[in-house]
Amino acid sequence: MTHPGIASPEQSRTGSMPRESADPSPSGSTVLSVRSAVYSYGSELALEGANVSLGRGEILAITGPSGSGKSTLMLVAAGVLKPTAGQVTYNDRIISNENERQRSRLRRSDFGILFQFGQLVPELTAVENVALPLLLSGVKRAKARAAATAWLDRFDVADLATSRPPEMSGGQSQRVAAARALVTEPTVLFADEPTGALDTVSGELVMSEIVRVAREAGTSIMLITHSAKVAAYGDREIVVRDGRTTESMIDLEATGTNA
Amino acid sequence: MTTGHVLMGLLAHEDRHGYELKSEHDVRFPGSRPLAFGQVYAALERLSRKGFVDSTEVENVDGPNRTVYSLTAEGRDELLDWLSRTEVPSPFLTNPLAVKTTMALLAADRATATDFMDRQRAAHLQRMRELTKQKLASGASLSDVLAADFALAHLDADVRWLEAALERIVHLEQEVTT
Ligand SMILES: Nc1ncnc2c1ncn2[C@@H]1O[C@H](COP(=O)(O)OP(=O)(O)O)[C@@H](O)[C@H]1O
Ligand SMILES: [Mg+2]
Repeated sequence: MTHPGIASPEQSRTGSMPRESADPSPSGSTVLSVRSAVYSYGSELALEGANVSLGRGEILAITGPSGSGKSTLMLVAAGVLKPTAGQVTYNDRIISNENERQRSRLRRSDFGILFQFGQLVPELTAVENVALPLLLSGVKRAKARAAATAWLDRFDVADLATSRPPEMSGGQSQRVAAARALVTEPTVLFADEPTGALDTVSGELVMSEIVRVAREAGTSIMLITHSAKVAAYGDREIVVRDGRTTESMIDLEATGTNA
Repeated sequence: MTTGHVLMGLLAHEDRHGYELKSEHDVRFPGSRPLAFGQVYAALERLSRKGFVDSTEVENVDGPNRTVYSLTAEGRDELLDWLSRTEVPSPFLTNPLAVKTTMALLAADRATATDFMDRQRAAHLQRMRELTKQKLASGASLSDVLAADFALAHLDADVRWLEAALERIVHLEQEVTT
């Protein structure tokens, strides 16, 4: 798993980008877009020209082999990392030009981020964990608790409200983490291998609930995964190879023809 | 997929006679059924009629003359056209998919092979999305879900195999073209 913050804005290696795709905008309006993003961790060039457009309400899968730059792309798109070159736009804001304070406020109000595991505070109960993002944005305690309880219920884990993370199974804590990522009703949910640590069936339950809840709320999802099965929950797929995005072409007319 | 396309792929880099084509095929695709001579000659005959291969009699001092086959320009176009078409994403087509991928590596350049694999991946993903939707549909019965699971698991295996092939492409390319 990557850790933000080790970033140092190094000069970017450009060079030719033959397979870079322009990621033609999805149908409908674009909420978030990443243009020609480059990112390096010190001398390690992780992103070499990434283009992504995320539509409103769209579930976009970002796939690719491990180490290809998926997580880095997500962190750049979410404004956690500032790209070395290129641009990130959220609605009409060029967030790649904003400072950390502005971006962090935006993340709290408009974005939800869900990682593979380890996001919950172990000392807090499920309901306290889910209420936390609301409390941090100044929502009153009683209101935050009520909202948190409702979100736990949507993920079918209301009965765990007073349990603490160490007492929960992997699937249970991931449902609580998903409730926490969505409790602020973000416009965009960033999910990095959200079911990567779960077994097949509980992974599927968590995925289908995230998708159901996001569809109801009109939330867009940038879904990072190395698995085609998980990517199949999305509306569209962008493949990252060696730090570059390549939109996968659909070639259905040609499919199945035989000579 | 047809035997003709596979034979054309085997002729992509050098001219060969029928016996060589048969043994080359059996070596390249050890998992599939060996080709019968009759099959090879019937396929070559069809390819000749379509103008995809040319045949030349070559004198043989030790015995009867032999017919050597070569790929024509039209044959090469047909081969590349075939390589550019994705296979139907079905759980039972693993073998044609594997054959085509190997052929793409053998007969074409790396860009063509990568392009085929990328498009095949996209076709698989499209089918997997449909299956996932069916599975999540409110009226789906247990047997619908199990059937979708079965197909998804096999398609997922294909995709993982394609990914691995893509990663190995440089090594494979070296091996299959020598
Ligand atoms: N915090 C970091 N410091 C240095 N290099 C990193 C860091 N995080 C990731 N990288 C490197 O950047 C590249 C892309 O990593 P990442 O975005 O995590 O890929 P993915 O999520 O596709 O596995 C890799 O080569 C990885 O080693
Ligand atoms: Mg990652």
